[in-house]
Amino acid sequence: MPHDHHDHLSPSGHPYREDDDTPLSYWQTMEIAVRELLVEKGITTPADIAAQIETMDARSPANGAQVVARAWTDPAFRAELLADASAATRDMGFDIGPLNLIALENTADVHNVVVCTLCSCYPRNLLGLPPDWYKSRAYRSRTVREPRAVLAEFGVTLPDTTTVRVHDSTADMRYIVIPARPEGTENLSEHELAALVTRDSMIGTGLAKLP
Amino acid sequence: MGGDAAGPVPTDQHDFSLWEKRVDALMIIGSAKGYFTVDGLRRVLEDMGKDAFESMTYYERWIASVNQNLIEGGAYTTAELAEKMDEVAKRGATYGDAAQAT
Repeated sequence: MPHDHHDHLSPSGHPYREDDDTPLSYWQTMEIAVRELLVEKGITTPADIAAQIETMDARSPANGAQVVARAWTDPAFRAELLADASAATRDMGFDIGPLNLIALENTADVHNVVVCTLCSCYPRNLLGLPPDWYKSRAYRSRTVREPRAVLAEFGVTLPDTTTVRVHDSTADMRYIVIPARPEGTENLSEHELAALVTRDSMIGTGLAKLP
Repeated sequence: MGGDAAGPVPTDQHDFSLWEKRVDALMIIGSAKGYFTVDGLRRVLEDMGKDAFESMTYYERWIASVNQNLIEGGAYTTAELAEKMDEVAKRGATYGDAAQAT
């Protein structure tokens, strides 16, 4: 095939994505080969693969923030969420799949933080893909051993009177933290409240933002 | 790993590249089609040994495991994979070139 794109523009006239014009690696070669074999064998289609990527890209912590804001403002929903987070979030219209989701409520007395010591299990259906640090060896090993030190690195320093609970995710069980509602937010709308809910606050390595 | 002390939690973050998103999608699709479970994915990752965790990136380990599971599940054979990888590698020197089937 002639290489007629020395100016790094694709035939469509758009620049190549950065990862597209770096030297081909062995594992990238394998990804292309596996993908094409699955299509040739009729196991999947390029459209299905593109749709799956789009679905995953569309998931973001904003989804979880909606859930948290509703739990802060709707006592009946909060009760449902704490009883069965999969059912409660499904009822809100989120695609939770077969995930067994458990909501953990942070209070003045108890601070929950989530880890996956094995690898990277994460409530991806609600929050999107996990951040790199969540998958790091340091976070996975130290969070169970010295959670307060890890939290301090994230800027969260808790009083000694607060109990810290660490929850280890598995393939079959995922957690989302409902951060404590910040003070001074009594008059905010659900929409305004959702803007205070950060990704890290739903993992437990952060707190909800102040208004 | 294995009780070794770990340093501070790294704060670097990278955007996932297209090939990584594709690996993620292949994992979801492969397991949705019943070729393997997340336990199967884990089993191959555990078998890789310590070196793989030092030298390979997250999605490099994942494609290796997804591939192994798909072969074991009968989706295609090792020979078919080898032939296809050969063909792909000849398409060009970059991911962009190689990812375009001729």
